[in-house]
Amino acid sequence: MRIRGRTDELVCQQMVELITDYLEDALPRSQRRRFEAHLAGCEHCTEYLAQMRATIRLTGRLDAEDLTPAMREEFTTLYRRWRWEEP
Amino acid sequence: MPMGLIEALASGRRRARGGSAAADEEGELVARLRAGDEQAFVALVARHHSSMLGLARAFVSSPAVAEEVVQDTWLGVVRGIDGFAGRSSFRTWLFHILVNRARSTGAREHRSVAIGDAAPAVDRSRFDASGAWMAPPQHWVEDSEDRLSAEALADRIHVALEELPPRQREVVTLRDVDGLSSREVCEVLDISEGNQRVLLHRGRSRLREALEEFVTA
Repeated sequence: MRIRGRTDELVCQQMVELITDYLEDALPRSQRRRFEAHLAGCEHCTEYLAQMRATIRLTGRLDAEDLTPAMREEFTTLYRRWRWEEP
Repeated sequence: MPMGLIEALASGRRRARGGSAAADEEGELVARLRAGDEQAFVALVARHHSSMLGLARAFVSSPAVAEEVVQDTWLGVVRGIDGFAGRSSFRTWLFHILVNRARSTGAREHRSVAIGDAAPAVDRSRFDASGAWMAPPQHWVEDSEDRLSAEALADRIHVALEELPPRQREVVTLRDVDGLSSREVCEVLDISEGNQRVLLHRGRSRLREALEEFVTA
């Protein structure tokens, strides 16, 4: 049992590839435990995880712009035509 | 932790999404559209237009063709609204129509849709032989706001998103910009949960890398 111990530990290079599965809650329970055990002892991977979370939040900041008045007009015209053409 | 940029952005996002109140409003707009209300139509277009354009751009090469795909999708919505059974959300249904049209248009343009690069999330040179960090990530999450505006960060992400391989861009756009769930993304793009995660992982990793380069430059 003791022999398995160290070989089961994840290394940083594996951590950065598992991070999305971790955030998506898609890791099997045992793998999740190993992931969290590594995280608890590694400030760099903790920082990396924080950066991934920040990236996701910042990407979420790219918001939909509103329609311009000209486009509203265009879609209104289109809608009337489509309705009129309807069988 | 101070109320920094990230938290401010996150709360702004929650306001923009609006949760179930926004879903109710959308349901009402869809009901009015069924009844032939043109203002409801324009309101729905306004809600989804830029998401749809962004998504269409991942499939077709020019902005003009993307506009056509979006317009064609709305024609399909007007003609097909009676066939919308409400089993999925209106947005999932709408995006699914868009993706089908964008795919057939993209195929006509003979554009190859590759699964994307298989590069590692972080360059191998940053790890030592044992796989431990040799060039670890620098700390920038909270203090970047002191030096960089939210607008500058958003611009950089926007550029990085445009540079992603199409399939990664589709998934990241739908998940992280438009806020769809993983299940909805799979439904819209007809891909498996596993593929969705792989594409999301590669795309998000590239965006993080771009931000890191920008913030620590």
